[in-house]
Amino acid sequence: MTEAHDDAPAATSKRRGAADTVTESLTEGQGSSVVARSVTINRPASELYSYFRDFANLSHFMENVIAIEVRDPTHSHWTVKAPAGAKVEWDARVTEEQQDRLIAWTSEHGADVANSGRVEFREAGDRGTVVTVTIAYDPPGGVVGKVIAKMFQREPAIQARRDLRRFKQLMETGEIATPAMNPAQFEEMGL
Amino acid sequence: MKALAWHGKHDVRIDTVDDPEIVNPRDCIIKVTSTAICGSDLHLYDGYIPTMQAGDILGHEFMGEVVEVGAKSTLKKGQRVVVPFTIACGSCYHCGKHQYSACPNGLPADNQDIAQELYGHEMSGLFGYSHMTGGYAGGQAEYVRVPFSDVGPIVIPDGVEDDKVLFLSDILPTGWQAAEYAQIEPGDTVAVWGCGPVGLFAVQSAFLMGAERVIAIDHFPHRLELAKRFGAETINFEESATYEALMEMTGGIGPDAVIDAVGLEAHGMFVDNVIDRIKAATFLGTDRPHSIRQAIIACRKGGRVSMPAVYGGFVDKFPLGAFMEKGLTLKTGQTHVQHYMPGLLNAIMEGKIDTEFLISHRMPLTDAPKGYDLFKNHQNETTKIVLKPGMTATA
Repeated sequence: MTEAHDDAPAATSKRRGAADTVTESLTEGQGSSVVARSVTINRPASELYSYFRDFANLSHFMENVIAIEVRDPTHSHWTVKAPAGAKVEWDARVTEEQQDRLIAWTSEHGADVANSGRVEFREAGDRGTVVTVTIAYDPPGGVVGKVIAKMFQREPAIQARRDLRRFKQLMETGEIATPAMNPAQFEEMGL
Repeated sequence: MKALAWHGKHDVRIDTVDDPEIVNPRDCIIKVTSTAICGSDLHLYDGYIPTMQAGDILGHEFMGEVVEVGAKSTLKKGQRVVVPFTIACGSCYHCGKHQYSACPNGLPADNQDIAQELYGHEMSGLFGYSHMTGGYAGGQAEYVRVPFSDVGPIVIPDGVEDDKVLFLSDILPTGWQAAEYAQIEPGDTVAVWGCGPVGLFAVQSAFLMGAERVIAIDHFPHRLELAKRFGAETINFEESATYEALMEMTGGIGPDAVIDAVGLEAHGMFVDNVIDRIKAATFLGTDRPHSIRQAIIACRKGGRVSMPAVYGGFVDKFPLGAFMEKGLTLKTGQTHVQHYMPGLLNAIMEGKIDTEFLISHRMPLTDAPKGYDLFKNHQNETTKIVLKPGMTATA
């Protein structure tokens, strides 16, 4: 592993082994593939943190989440849609938290998809808050599984991007944009 | 309800579809009283815009009466409103800077991928203009669902007729913004390429902003006649050499500001292979970049270039050298409609801006397929068609 020579985030690096650097930077990090994405949301960090920290809220904007069962303040059980009508499940544990600034998690032993990650909230003056999500995961079925997941639009990079846009919409406008003509159609289209 | 739906190239039909309902709390439903066919609708009609689906309801210039409101709408049933064609939330960073057409919150998350890929960033959602811009049902219908109704639509006072204010939805603010982007100074000569609705509103706006002379360029005699009515001098590019004429008319200096209002095509949503198809298939593909090239070459040294004309992909042979050497400034972009609506409504009510001159045809919504055909094939006489859902159909 060579040293980085610039200030660009590790997740954008073209260097071999950069994903490992990201995973290593996570508290109890695990996962060979890495997704990182930032979005600026025009709301205070405290408000965004509070909403996010109540994990039951996440299914309001995370399209692939079927259910998040909050068992205690640090433990939750996740059921998520996988390609071709399948689903995957895991137990997640919060590994680190800093009020209004950071939440980190890892999946427990026995997860269908081992994963870990963190979400950071950084005040950005009159632009609001920069929210950065970093996820490390082991794609099911390796590279082939990743391609299949992409075909079915359940690839974590696509999901993270779209979920963060919906989080922004919900926090800034109180609703999620949809072209649906009626509530039934909205339901049918998913988020 | 009845609505004008796209079914393919040169195939638009009046379909009967379900009435729209309130979906999100800030929505309202309006009963459309007037809706126009835009020049950019012709590109949907001609099949040049990707991500259209059979059954998509067209129309992004419309107004009507509020008939239903969501829990967080600030409108009241019975109010008459004009709806901006850009769907903007009013609460994001861009809306805070009045850059409404850059608002990302009206465009569904999944639809943002295409623009992000093509332009590096997502843009605002639009009514009735393909799935890349959100897949929203448009206003050439009896009813429309309007998101963010608490910040978008402008309420029209009683007694002001539809035909006076309908164009607040798109083309009047677009022409006004074009003139504003030309940063006109008193005594300036402004040249406007294209005397379609936007060009003609840019002519009026330029005079209101202090231009001493406006020179309008087109090849349709009737449209040049309309420009002349507002005090513009004209160049018919089929009869005269545009660059030479402009130089002679300005004592060899060139116009202080130039406005490219040719095309006003796709509201920004071409992909480059589609551009290539257009280039190959129609004169527009070659003429449109031509107008911006010609505008840059004719513009005086240190002058300003304003480009309301819509370009979606890549343009060949952009005269970057002339642009740099002459030290020009370029301003462009989709219209921040919401920013201009209140001021322009006042200007209309005070009689400073004439809007009705533009309307060449009024017809019932059910005649819309006829309207598209007329607009496409008779551009000289057909300056603007307004559809009236309340009007009785002709036999």
